[in-house]
Amino acid sequence: MKLTLKIWRQKNAKAAGGFVTYQMNDVSPEMAFLEMLDALNKKLVEEDKEPIAFDHDCREGICGSCGMYINGHPHGPVPAITTCHLSMRFFKDGETVWIEPWRAKPFPVIRDLIVDRTAFDKIQFAGGFISINTGGAPEANLIPVKKEDSDNAFDSAVCVGCGACVAACKNASAMLFVSAKISQFALLPQGRIEARDRVRSMVEKMDELGFGNCSNTGACEAECPKEIKISNIARLNREFYKAY
Amino acid sequence: MSKVVFASISKKFTMALAGLFLITFLPVHLAINLMLLKSDPVPFTQAAHFMATFPLVKIMELVLFATILIHVSYGIYLQIVNWLARPVGYAGGSKSETSFFSRFMIWTGATIFTFLVLHFFNFYFVKIGLVKGDPENFYAMAHGLFKVPAYNYIYLICFSVLGFHLYHAFSSAFQTLGLNHRIWTPVVKTVALIYSIIIPAGFAVIPIILWFFR
Amino acid sequence: MAQLNAKIPEGPLAQKWTKYKASVKLVNPANKKKLEIIIVGTGLSGAGAASALGELGYSVKSFCYQDSPRRAHSVAAQGGINAAKNYQNDGDSIYRLFYDMIKGGDYRAREGNVYRAAEVSNQVIDHFTALGVPFARDYGGTLDTRSFGGVQVSRTFYSSGQTGQQCLLGAYSSLNRQIKKGNVTLYPRREMLDLVLIDGKARGIITRNLITGEIERHSAHAVILATGGYGTIYYLSTLAVNSNPSAAWKAHKKGAFFANPSFIQIHPTSVPQLNEFQSKLTLMSESLRNDGRMWVPKTKGDKRPANDIPEDERDYYLERRYPTFGNLVPRDVASRATKERCDAGFGVGETGLAVNLDFRDSIKKLGKKVIASRYGNLFHMYKTITGIDPFEEPMRIYPAGHYTMGGLWVDYELMTTIPGLFAIGESNFSDHGANRLGASSLMQASGDGYFIIPVTINNYLSDEIRTGKISTDRAEFEAAEKDSVERINKLMSIKGKQNASSFHKKLGKVMWDYCGMVRNEEGLKKALVLIEELRKEFWSDLNIPGTEAELNQELEKAGRVADYFEVAELLVTDALNRKESCGAHFREEYQTADGEAMRNDENFSYVAAWEYKGAGEPHILHKEELHFEEVEVKVRSYK
Repeated sequence: MKLTLKIWRQKNAKAAGGFVTYQMNDVSPEMAFLEMLDALNKKLVEEDKEPIAFDHDCREGICGSCGMYINGHPHGPVPAITTCHLSMRFFKDGETVWIEPWRAKPFPVIRDLIVDRTAFDKIQFAGGFISINTGGAPEANLIPVKKEDSDNAFDSAVCVGCGACVAACKNASAMLFVSAKISQFALLPQGRIEARDRVRSMVEKMDELGFGNCSNTGACEAECPKEIKISNIARLNREFYKAY
Repeated sequence: MSKVVFASISKKFTMALAGLFLITFLPVHLAINLMLLKSDPVPFTQAAHFMATFPLVKIMELVLFATILIHVSYGIYLQIVNWLARPVGYAGGSKSETSFFSRFMIWTGATIFTFLVLHFFNFYFVKIGLVKGDPENFYAMAHGLFKVPAYNYIYLICFSVLGFHLYHAFSSAFQTLGLNHRIWTPVVKTVALIYSIIIPAGFAVIPIILWFFR
Repeated sequence: MAQLNAKIPEGPLAQKWTKYKASVKLVNPANKKKLEIIIVGTGLSGAGAASALGELGYSVKSFCYQDSPRRAHSVAAQGGINAAKNYQNDGDSIYRLFYDMIKGGDYRAREGNVYRAAEVSNQVIDHFTALGVPFARDYGGTLDTRSFGGVQVSRTFYSSGQTGQQCLLGAYSSLNRQIKKGNVTLYPRREMLDLVLIDGKARGIITRNLITGEIERHSAHAVILATGGYGTIYYLSTLAVNSNPSAAWKAHKKGAFFANPSFIQIHPTSVPQLNEFQSKLTLMSESLRNDGRMWVPKTKGDKRPANDIPEDERDYYLERRYPTFGNLVPRDVASRATKERCDAGFGVGETGLAVNLDFRDSIKKLGKKVIASRYGNLFHMYKTITGIDPFEEPMRIYPAGHYTMGGLWVDYELMTTIPGLFAIGESNFSDHGANRLGASSLMQASGDGYFIIPVTINNYLSDEIRTGKISTDRAEFEAAEKDSVERINKLMSIKGKQNASSFHKKLGKVMWDYCGMVRNEEGLKKALVLIEELRKEFWSDLNIPGTEAELNQELEKAGRVADYFEVAELLVTDALNRKESCGAHFREEYQTADGEAMRNDENFSYVAAWEYKGAGEPHILHKEELHFEEVEVKVRSYK
């Protein structure tokens, strides 16, 4: 099938960027979206033009590296998947596809479709851990956890840190990301001990980095490739009030 | 302590509380307004008089104004932060599935605020003597206004907008306060829908009846 | 070169590690801060080591090529992590886990190391649980386990089908804590270009900042490689597409021996290649074989839809060949049996390179709900990729390159043949012999990182407390940087036509065809010729647009592909040398009449450690003989 791609190109963080149009004439519906970009890049290199830079690694939806804003959706129009799992069979022959980087002040563009997501790491450094030294842990079954709590903690812990929630949110808010981590630990007895300090530090860091505020719009939940629920955000709010 | 005051979540918490307070005030106002439908002006005038003079209500009035001020100023502040968080927008727009009215809260809010200003010029400023008029004769003033088609259009549009604003605001406030629940959250959403239809409809019914049926 | 000394402590197997820990030299807490340690890679082993060493007070510098440590490919492990907890009372023990690993590895691993890996496995589970890793639990609140990968006990702890992700995020969280404390400095988006030796000791690395292109020098008193395996040699594999052996290979070229490179595990259940553009073979967890039955039609070239083929026309080939273990035979056995059927023309799908993995009978027996609760996320992933719903039709699967048992040679202390250079996790060769058992990679990587290296490295560092800070202005750093820059310039200046991936793809095909699941002398020799041809083509027809002084993903890729050719050559050389079939290494010439692997313990019961002698020079083979004191070496049979 034939596609018209409108791709954001930007040489580096300081350069001005813009959309460049590419015609793809032989896209197979069996291709994955990133493989379609691979094919375009192969062609560009053969023409001695600079290929499109984009983050990607595991290509099986778990590392969280890939992420681009495709036709008005982070990770494209299919729900509950990352860009690497997006198949070209979801596009129509002759369609125009807009491909943009995540847009948020705390995620500056590094090049083309690559953005700097170290802001997420900084939030995690601030408190995304349980303080236990190696070797100091008690026998695992001495910490019983209700199955339901454990399962819920897992559902929050599956976040891949891709940044789609921030990209989707009209306010570029990181609340879903932060709430997923807070929730995971808040639901486990191991995490309760530091719950207070954790939520204070992580929220403080999140605010400091310039993310927007949550207005309970729900775009994050709709676009999260791991289907993390905004009920986590309510839990984050609760944890925050409890901490003061 | 300053950390908690300036935290984004605290501001939203305050906004949500303020919003919920305003939500409780609306039925009171509506109840009084519905008395306008009576052809006898006395009950309405008595109610208005009570609201203007009873000391506890006077105190509540101050609280109400403070609440409006907080709700509005935090709303504006948070919106500016939100705009700053995304300096470059998307050429492809946003097609994410969201609760529709939540996207326009600042605009629905601004519309309501504009109406409020108009409303103050028409009534409250009269009451406190800033604008000329007779505070004891609001019944007649209201009836007069509802005879002006332009005013009615504005009024009806503003109250539809209020409905949109309330629909998202109601359940959103609970979420912000951290009050979500497997069973109760859907209930809150249903109540929000009912509330955000009934309250504006209640207000809107007054000019419609007065305008078309009297 | 002297005899390889594995430094296995004396004494009975079960006491070696305890004894070692009691006698190892220590470093005074006040001196630890002055000692710097570089760790390359932030997977389970790398992040584990960085946090554990940070906790001890060492100054740690942690490097990864990804934008965040949380993305290292440990994240993709699905099935689980083994430990000898015996929570199920099914007769498990440290010894049994050790024995299963030795046997699973087809008697090509070191007893001492394997026993230790089994020993620390329990601590690993305790530690992850304390770190808040949400392992699956039972209704009573205790940890649940499942049976996995061809063993008869239930010792695999898991978090749905995302155990690797949960463990890695646990390790990442402990790393975060040390970063906050200032004990670990993080260097993301850095690629290691070279290892720097001073007076024969590992003293630092040269890196390229992948955003700015800047070449940087980093010094330390010891360097730990936690850089994973080289399974991407096949181009199509279950690995992350950027996973690469370059760091380990650079170390190898500086003197670290490379052991058993031909031992590569082919995972039996991955989504098959659907088209020529495909960049990745997605793993479908081995756990699927607990309830799925593998079959092909009994008639060659039967193109009917799977559901239209009646029961008596289906060949459940694993159940037929291995009645005892059936669909649960170890990975190498399952992979080869699948290849055998497809090569014989019974494969399904358009390419004929796939077999059915059918859940029909399990769904009938257990109900859709139970199957969904066990494999829901995997079924969903499969449907997303292929458009086929495994609830309605069988999955189509095919083996794919997955894990490399081979790697840098290390002794009991996990130190390579370069003093001060350590290798942990998949990047070393030590624990899995010729084939790895399911759910033991997370176990080994975490054990190495959290519980072994933080002990053994002291023995080396205790002699370094008087060394002082190592200046990066030294001539050795300058020379290494110059070499790195020259190589980049050389790559940039080829100015041919093709991109690096094109070469990788071609190389991958050669390796898969001639040095994949089944190997023979003729094919391996042919591979050597083809690799050489491709290498020449690469160095004359590669094109890298842009410059080296900016983010340039083509340059990153080209540097790795250039190394792949050299790794491939050694891999084939090792496969040629090993004239036996063992574990994942199957030489057609050495098989029994019914097609099973035939080991040659008399001549090949050794670790093949290869020494690099310079460009164009043949590698030199060093043999570390394997001695089995505790286990009786037997023929592995799953019939």
